[in-house]
Amino acid sequence: MALLEVKDLEVGFGLRSGEVKALRNISFSLERGERLGVVGESGAGKSVLGFAILNLLSRPGYISNGEISFEGKNLADLSAAELRSVRGNRISMIFQDPMMTLNPVLTIGEQMVECLLAHHKISKQDARKIALQKLQQVYIPSPETRLDQYPHELSGGMRQRIVIAIGLLMDPDIIIADEPTTALDVTIQAEIMELMLELCERNNVALILITHDLGVVSQVTQKTIVMYAGRIIEQGPTKEIINDAQHPYTQGLMNALPQMGIPGQRLNQIRGSMPPLQRIPTGCAFNPRCNYVMESCKHNLPEFTQSGGCQVACHMVAEMKREEQAARLQSQEVGQE
Amino acid sequence: MIAFLIKRFFQAVVVMFVISLISFSIQDNLGDPLRELVGQSVSEEERQALRDEMGLNDPFLVQYARFATNALQGDLGTSYFFKEPALDVILNKLPATLELVIGATLIIVLVSVPTGVYSAIKPNSFFSRAVMGISIVGISVPVFLTAIGLIYLFSIELGWMPSYGRGETVPVFGSWETGFVTGDGLAHLVLPCFTLASIMLPLFIRLIRAEMMEVLQSEYVKFAWAKGISPTRIYFLHALKNTMLPVITVGGVQIGTMVAYTILTETVFQWPGMGFLFLEAVNRVDTPLIVAYLIVVGAIFVITNTLVDLIYGLVNPTVKLAGK
Repeated sequence: MALLEVKDLEVGFGLRSGEVKALRNISFSLERGERLGVVGESGAGKSVLGFAILNLLSRPGYISNGEISFEGKNLADLSAAELRSVRGNRISMIFQDPMMTLNPVLTIGEQMVECLLAHHKISKQDARKIALQKLQQVYIPSPETRLDQYPHELSGGMRQRIVIAIGLLMDPDIIIADEPTTALDVTIQAEIMELMLELCERNNVALILITHDLGVVSQVTQKTIVMYAGRIIEQGPTKEIINDAQHPYTQGLMNALPQMGIPGQRLNQIRGSMPPLQRIPTGCAFNPRCNYVMESCKHNLPEFTQSGGCQVACHMVAEMKREEQAARLQSQEVGQE
Repeated sequence: MIAFLIKRFFQAVVVMFVISLISFSIQDNLGDPLRELVGQSVSEEERQALRDEMGLNDPFLVQYARFATNALQGDLGTSYFFKEPALDVILNKLPATLELVIGATLIIVLVSVPTGVYSAIKPNSFFSRAVMGISIVGISVPVFLTAIGLIYLFSIELGWMPSYGRGETVPVFGSWETGFVTGDGLAHLVLPCFTLASIMLPLFIRLIRAEMMEVLQSEYVKFAWAKGISPTRIYFLHALKNTMLPVITVGGVQIGTMVAYTILTETVFQWPGMGFLFLEAVNRVDTPLIVAYLIVVGAIFVITNTLVDLIYGLVNPTVKLAGK
């Protein structure tokens, strides 16, 4: 049994103009200690997925269909109190902007201790000791003084370390990190990513890393999900996706990465932009931007095709696979004769 | 902290100087004190002589200098009507007004915080919608109408509440007599306090609701949910503490304004406080009393604003009270 199993997840937003679906048919699983990357452009639904797992969607968003089972229990069936005992305890979250994540009027210590006291029956002193330990684990200098400081007294990188320390407080099974380095400057980004990788490996914590940085995904994760307009369009082992992307969208993302060594070269980009949720094109949502668009892309939703270790939702890939298979069959027949 | 207070003190001096200048300069336009002071039978020559004697014919600056010198020694002039030092007359009435303001403030805090918080958490509930509707009405109804309405309903029709005066009071210290400790005194406080509170209450409920709704959308509140801590703690610590920052700022100014609004409330309820006294003083052209009132109210403003800044500094850790 997988640690986390998401099946046919669908998230709806009840807007005044009608209901739109931010996520559709999301299925994936996560094993203990496994690291999963979720990539896609802004608006693909990556963050919504992160929030949906912990049922933290803010109104008018809600889980309209599907199942999220954690250790075999569907999180949607839990009562509010049971859900609280999962949040921050078994599954914790790290947010994007450390400048906004910590409450400005409470000390670091208060914000750490309250989390421990919510999940453990321990004294404040003991909670403080654990908090101190975790601050040391994320290499915060002079942690003793930090506990009594307010967020505004610390730098962005330092604050993100504290957010990570809060995420680790209860030794969770899964950490969902929603673009944990986007708001930081580049040198700090690398440090923070390295720290997260180290902590996940050491404590055997599973990680769901939501990001648009394919470089980070390739360094940190073992599995990758590529999302477009609320659907998974390609998923599989990170290595395969990075080295041999099948879906034209994933290829586009890979090509858009700046290349080292060729100065003055224009950066590649995928033409057009992600459609708004209210106006997702019929057929494959990517068809208006795709270079290889075919007639079937405009009408039929592509199903997943197995390609190596990856699953790809693309008509072109499916056709290529069919041709390949036909060719193989033919050659087999030829061989038999 | 000390630096902050010292800085504030010098600011207060400047503010009080300006207030005294303004209040002193308007007294010429309030009417002729002599008409009230002496009867019909006094001739014009005698009036002029009396004016000279009282220094009312001196140039403005001479009059102001004389007033300021005395004022610095705690002498704000002598009331024409009471024939007593104006400051003493005012300070005698101060407790009644302050108790009214304190009572109203208590009502505002105790009602607006829970109501505002609740209607922010459940913005679509019937209660929240009703509160929002009523508060619009509350903002638009003038104080004296509220007062008359309350008297009509609770004093005349139902006969539950006394309609005027302070009732039984008990001396606490000096000239301070309180109505907070006797049943009769408290009963007399209810209607005037609710009237006075009615001006600010809708404003505060709406302000707290709006701020709270914004704070509840913030990342740090979402993060608090993700930590799995209890809703009570999220609403009343994480969210409320941030909500209160702008509310405290506005509230400080409003408490000062409320002192001014006591004039109307006290008049309708015949409340023996400063505001009632002030209105009588205006009718009697008792200029020293009017000036003294304006200065005392100005001082109350300055003091409450300083207190509010101190409290704000305590709640908001990003504010340092050092004063640049």
